[in-house]
Amino acid sequence: MKKCLVVDDSSVVRKIARRILEEMDFEIIEAENGAQALEACKVAMPDAVLLDWNMPVMDGYEFLGHLRLLPGGETPRVVFCTTENGMDHISRALYAGANEYIMKPFDKDIVSAKFQEVGLVALSEQIPI
Amino acid sequence: MTPPDYEYLRKLLKDHSGLDLSADKQYLIESRLLPLSRKCGVPGIGDLVQKMKNGSSTIIAQVVEAMTTNETFFFRDKIPFEHFRDSIIPELLKARTARKSIRIWCAAGSTGQEPYSLAMSLKEMGAALAGWRVEIIATDLSQEVLEKSKSGIYSQFEVQRGLPIQLLVKYFKQNGELWQISPDIRAMVQHRQLNLLHDFSQLGVFDVVFCRNVLIYFDQETKINIFGRLAKVMEGDGFLVLGAAETVVGLTDVFKPFPDKRGLYRPSGARAANPQSATAMPRIAALAGR
Repeated sequence: MKKCLVVDDSSVVRKIARRILEEMDFEIIEAENGAQALEACKVAMPDAVLLDWNMPVMDGYEFLGHLRLLPGGETPRVVFCTTENGMDHISRALYAGANEYIMKPFDKDIVSAKFQEVGLVALSEQIPI
Repeated sequence: MTPPDYEYLRKLLKDHSGLDLSADKQYLIESRLLPLSRKCGVPGIGDLVQKMKNGSSTIIAQVVEAMTTNETFFFRDKIPFEHFRDSIIPELLKARTARKSIRIWCAAGSTGQEPYSLAMSLKEMGAALAGWRVEIIATDLSQEVLEKSKSGIYSQFEVQRGLPIQLLVKYFKQNGELWQISPDIRAMVQHRQLNLLHDFSQLGVFDVVFCRNVLIYFDQETKINIFGRLAKVMEGDGFLVLGAAETVVGLTDVFKPFPDKRGLYRPSGARAANPQSATAMPRIAALAGR
């Protein structure tokens, strides 16, 4: 089973993300901030990271920088999931090594689409009506 | 909505747009027409129907429009766009070297995500298309969706489904909470209002036709009629792309499928079984001798 690390300082957001991702067959690990997330990655590298930007202690951007420097740190697919919806943030995130970027609010269609983009989920065909 | 109201709407939609709703699609009518009732200032669908019976042509037009719009998103289903990039365009680059032009028709262009996805794919192919003229014609029954498509303006939700973030950054400009696709990309798509039930031969001949998730709404006769007329506006070595749940198999042999490429078809060169006229819907004829 693929493992997804959900990093967000809001327990509500983590719960919603967990529900969506568990339905997509991911095993979930939660972290409240970038520092906790980094510790979780040192224990075991997840397959995916759903990453908030603004968090106390260590934010998502700083976490990503550290993650990519860890041994094996290039493997997790990192998908930002943040209220920061400006082009400047998106560009910085991509430059720092993020694989995809979700602008909040999100729903299961968006999470599914973005996880398909990064190859974490097999293609699903949408049958209309 | 009473059963007589539902029947009235079914018949009206069939007559006006070929849309063929089966018996159990009340939920679809409700989800599309309740908001319209509110917009028209009437309490419910029954009242909307009453206005239509009294001859309000504006309400009739709005009802047809509300029922025939279909949800779409960028790079929907992915695979057709992979076929476009990996098979269709490379083959046409070889087959059209004399002409150096490619004509593409999105026959249910809707709010533009499909034609603009093709335009972005073409831009991504870069130098391979240098010196080539590629036309993308996007048509739709609904003037409202065509206007939205022309504007190229999308919501934060719409640009997050199906669109890789790198393409968002490359081809869109942010405008508050909205995102607008670049003028370059917009310039690659021409928009025309068109009802597929009517004659479309004036659009010319195409190398590629995307006709995805629109024929599903039509009955068998109408589908066969449209397939026949589509084959006539396509080059013999052209490509037809249908939606994930669609097929020509069992309906007509004017197109033949690519066995290893789901959703992709090519004109077979076979003649249509019945005379193909746009305005007269063919009666169900006994296919003697087949």
